[in-house]
Amino acid sequence: MKVVLQNLTKIFPSRNKKGEEVVAVNDFTFTIPDGKLIGLLGPSGCGKSTTLYMISGLQKPSGGQIFFGDDDVTELSAENRGVGLVFQNYALYPHMTVKQNIMFPLQNLKGEDKLTKTEMIERAYTAAKLVQIDDLMDRKPSELSGGQQQRVAIARALVKMPKVLLLDEPLSNLDARLRLQTREEIRRIQKETGITTIFVTHDQEEAMSISDMIVVMKLGVVQQTGKPQDVYDDPVNLFVAKFLGTPPINVFNGKVADGKLYIGDAAVLDTPGVADQEVTVGIRPEGFILDDNGPLVCKLSGIEVMGRDVSVVSTHEASLNPVIRSIINADNKIAAGETVSYSLKAHKVMIFSKEDESRIYF
Amino acid sequence: MVESKHQWKAWLYLSPAIVLLLIFTVWPIINTVYISFLEGYNTMGAAAGIQYEFGFANYVNVIDYKEFVTCLTNTMLLCVLTVPLSTILALLIAVCLNAIKPLQKLLQTIFFLPYVTNSIAIGMVFAAMFNVIELSPGVIESPGIINNLLGLFGVDPIKWVTVGSSYWANIAVMVIYIVWNALPFKILILLGGLQSVNKQYYDAAKVDGTSRARVFTRITVPLLSPMLAYVVITGFIGGFKEYSSIVGIFGDDMGPTGEPFRLNTMVGFIYRAIEGSHVGRASAAALILFGIILIVTLINLYVSKKKTHY
Repeated sequence: MKVVLQNLTKIFPSRNKKGEEVVAVNDFTFTIPDGKLIGLLGPSGCGKSTTLYMISGLQKPSGGQIFFGDDDVTELSAENRGVGLVFQNYALYPHMTVKQNIMFPLQNLKGEDKLTKTEMIERAYTAAKLVQIDDLMDRKPSELSGGQQQRVAIARALVKMPKVLLLDEPLSNLDARLRLQTREEIRRIQKETGITTIFVTHDQEEAMSISDMIVVMKLGVVQQTGKPQDVYDDPVNLFVAKFLGTPPINVFNGKVADGKLYIGDAAVLDTPGVADQEVTVGIRPEGFILDDNGPLVCKLSGIEVMGRDVSVVSTHEASLNPVIRSIINADNKIAAGETVSYSLKAHKVMIFSKEDESRIYF
Repeated sequence: MVESKHQWKAWLYLSPAIVLLLIFTVWPIINTVYISFLEGYNTMGAAAGIQYEFGFANYVNVIDYKEFVTCLTNTMLLCVLTVPLSTILALLIAVCLNAIKPLQKLLQTIFFLPYVTNSIAIGMVFAAMFNVIELSPGVIESPGIINNLLGLFGVDPIKWVTVGSSYWANIAVMVIYIVWNALPFKILILLGGLQSVNKQYYDAAKVDGTSRARVFTRITVPLLSPMLAYVVITGFIGGFKEYSSIVGIFGDDMGPTGEPFRLNTMVGFIYRAIEGSHVGRASAAALILFGIILIVTLINLYVSKKKTHY
């Protein structure tokens, strides 16, 4: 099911008379293609969860429209939209067993959709098998681990065969190892069912790793949408560049003069066609090349060995981050010394306007 | 360990309460048990230095006593009628109160008012509503507001609490009074429980298209079950101690004029025995009441353990 958001806006009224109203989501227009996994990404308070709840029908938009396929569902209440929603803390009914939890949505079906008890149990087991919890059906949620609860919640959302599956911070309550495993799991389940899935996260790695497309939001405004790799490689502004990537992008004060990009006094790159101006320079950690004759000379402060790669920590007076982190292949031997010199990979360097932080292409 | 090092301090701070409880609660209980086994004990005799023999005579005396069955029946009947009724009503009111936004605080206060009102005063007002205006010196009868209201529907005036009133009319008045009186506390507890239920359960139910009735029976009631169990157990314990409500409506005679002590309860039985200085009988009756409450509470706990989700 294709989901279309058209000029979607949500304004929360202020708590008191004097306060200002909050625009949680501002003029969000986006088409989510059928059967894709979409990550809504942004820092807390950016309106991503509000967007999700508006799609679910639990919150009413202040403006704009939502379409499922060709049907306008904006005025439809949550129970009539046929969405499956997995809450951040799962909201499993604590007094019901796993089986009862999963069967609960089916027991609500009325009229033609009504199922017999055998059909319900069958469907519940199918959903449980999909998330691999069919051996836990008689447990209570309190007897399950976080990851298992998560699976139950997904099974409960899937059992009624929703048109759209919505996940609110699905991995935030899991530990690091389980997070990796579960995100693969979500990807697998989504592929197997082919249900259009939208999930919300503040963790860029999570979004990048499993999404077909990501939507980066900031303060209610969509910054950029696209395939994860495209957004990472080609951010439209400094916010998106900073938000995506671990370790984060290294940011410097710089200037463009005579078609060259300067960091400090060193001309690090040719930037033909860019007008002379002060700029902010972003360099991805993998954009550095160890080069004894390289133009960018930094003070070496440490080397972190990570096995496959080495992370070189250094400082530079023009850097806007406390330290510069570059990722170098471990085959390169780094001579211990006072300084480290780099040349740069041009396609890993981005420059941004000082005025509005927008990207300046070169 | 830090705890054990300062344990004496904890005991020191607790000691005033412990000493007072020992003197005024624990010792009287032990004494009551002791006296209940002294055959034919009464205060006058004890003051005269009579030694009493141990035995079960007091217990036999209580059970043989003609009023005992009346008291026990009345007490049980009131419990069985009022506890479920008040719990169900309180649950419905609490759910409704929880569902409204404007005036919620005001209505909460109004519903709580009976709790802080003197029960004898409430009893007098109820008596007046049901047809007795003044209890002493002379009883003045009027149809009462309830009969007037019933009259609008063509019902003949019913003698609720006056001379010639039927036993069941008396019980009906008591049930209405006790239920009304019990509501505020129960509403308070259940409303508190409702407000602590995670709203996401309701959101989840909504997304899954759950009807209101099913949300109530499958989500609200189970999640409230610990509070419901608490309210039912304390309700039964309170019900077995019913006394002042009957005095409030019927006066010290605990029954309509001409039928004194028709509505006497277990606690009333104990008081009457003490008034007649039959302290031995009173003690035995108190222990029998304790036993009944204990058994009922154990049954309650057993049932709630199976049905309650914590």
